[in-house]
Amino acid sequence: MLTLTHFLVLAAILFAISVLGIFLNRKNVIVLLMAIELMLLAVNFNFIAFSHYLSDTAGQIFVFFILTVAAAESAIGLAILVVLFRNLQTINVEDLGSLKG
Amino acid sequence: MNWADLNLVPVMPEIFLISALSVILLLDLFISDAKRGITYGLSLLTLAGTAALQVYTFEPYAQYTLSNMFVADPLASLVKLAMYGATAMILVYSRQYAADRDMFKGEFFTLALFALFGMNVMVSASHFLSLYMGLELLSLSLYALIALQRDSVPATEAAMKYFVLGALASGLLLYGMSMVYGATGTLEIAAIAKSIHGGSANQLLLVFGLVFLVAGLAFKLGAVPFHMWIPDVYQGSPTAITLMIGAAPKLAAFVFIFRILVQGLDGLTGDWQSMLAIMAVLSMAIGNITAIAQTNLKRMLAYSTISHMGFLLLGLLAGNEQGYSSALFYAVTYVLTTLASFGVIMALSRAGFECDKLEDLKGLNSRNSWYAALMLLTMFSLAGIPPLVGFYAKFAVIKAIVDIGLVKLAVFAVAMSLIGAFYYLRVVKHMYFDEVQDTSPIVVRGDMQLVLSLNALALLVLGVLPERLIEICVEAMKQSLTVL
Repeated sequence: MLTLTHFLVLAAILFAISVLGIFLNRKNVIVLLMAIELMLLAVNFNFIAFSHYLSDTAGQIFVFFILTVAAAESAIGLAILVVLFRNLQTINVEDLGSLKG
Repeated sequence: MNWADLNLVPVMPEIFLISALSVILLLDLFISDAKRGITYGLSLLTLAGTAALQVYTFEPYAQYTLSNMFVADPLASLVKLAMYGATAMILVYSRQYAADRDMFKGEFFTLALFALFGMNVMVSASHFLSLYMGLELLSLSLYALIALQRDSVPATEAAMKYFVLGALASGLLLYGMSMVYGATGTLEIAAIAKSIHGGSANQLLLVFGLVFLVAGLAFKLGAVPFHMWIPDVYQGSPTAITLMIGAAPKLAAFVFIFRILVQGLDGLTGDWQSMLAIMAVLSMAIGNITAIAQTNLKRMLAYSTISHMGFLLLGLLAGNEQGYSSALFYAVTYVLTTLASFGVIMALSRAGFECDKLEDLKGLNSRNSWYAALMLLTMFSLAGIPPLVGFYAKFAVIKAIVDIGLVKLAVFAVAMSLIGAFYYLRVVKHMYFDEVQDTSPIVVRGDMQLVLSLNALALLVLGVLPERLIEICVEAMKQSLTVL
């Protein structure tokens, strides 16, 4: 029998993977965008699980909004990535070093 | 839902703003680059109209509407009026600056107004969903604004950094929201407060969610240890955009934090107070000490922002009406000072030259003593030297802290602002006592000269006569706290 805890633990694992993906990744900006998407999906998982166990639909509606915003967010992220690539000819995270102090 | 009960009057300013914004978005397609001044004029008119509606629809109590997702209370009205003013001033300041850098385009104005709309939603949200939507509208507009200068390497890099860390912050915030939702079974802020006070909420989930919420909020505000994006983004963005990130969004973030932590999670005050105290101490220390080492003016002001956010958190963690209203006063006056300081930087920049190094200010007094005087006023205000308004803001916050018995924290804050005075006074030294290096004439549009002078002089006037503004802040906070 699956309980609420199972869902929460799975969401927490997904969330932890995505945060680690953002901080440990030193190679590719696209992987960062993937980690951000994964993070939002982990949150969606949480919302749906709670919504089901609380028998309250508000959480599921919130998920629709998060999905929509996530789409807009990745559109802007990829647009910035394209501009960045045109300027630097690379998408390696370690090459983003012109701002220091 | 009963449509007859739908009260749209409190939302009128927002409805007008988004309608006018859509009209500008369409009209701008038919305007040639030479006539872009029309878009500029329409944007300013929109701001004036929205502000007029804001005053017209003002009621001295909280009005809930749109299925309790939207609240119009005196706090929201005050902050929104300040944000309209700040946005209008940014548009005036950046006109020449943007034109010199090929940024004087329709996108610049529409994105700035979309960001303002997002902030309006944030400030008036009384539901996690509207809080999140407002925040994202603001953030997405700002990401695009930073990358507006497509061929600039620092600007695109700053946009990428801001995007990744901003998205991470939204993720943390949402994760916290989902936990609070699970613990209380509702997304409405007033209902969350009720559920926590009723004792029906799961404490473990709630505290777990609170940690993530505070982390996400600190990211947005730029408090240590979630501050690393601020210096890079401030330095890399075009100055006009730096000002858009550094001015009005700080006010919106303050109200955002107030709505979540004070109005929503009131029952957990003890838990978030200690977290905010740690962040305030770290922000003031790291912000002030690192700023000393900077040679880039915008980067130095970025670290100064971090230390000022520490002060803002001090007011919030006092946890009473006096603390909140002093923090509100601090936020409003800080935004006014930021507008003046970046305004002077933009006035001194010209086509192909960015006045963003400390040495670019050398001998400013002999080149143009009026701008040197304006910069002097803003630096003294940031340092908290009486009789400028920065002094009263710091004084009110520290008084609130002392009154709840946190004397050690207050002494630490004073010590840190003394350290901070060093690098503000260094700017003054450069302007008045160093040999002039750059002798090119300073050409500024007349309207900008006027607004910038009034802006900087307001710091002095408010410093001498702060009572009225303090009263307004206290009154606004009182109304917002009685809702609880």
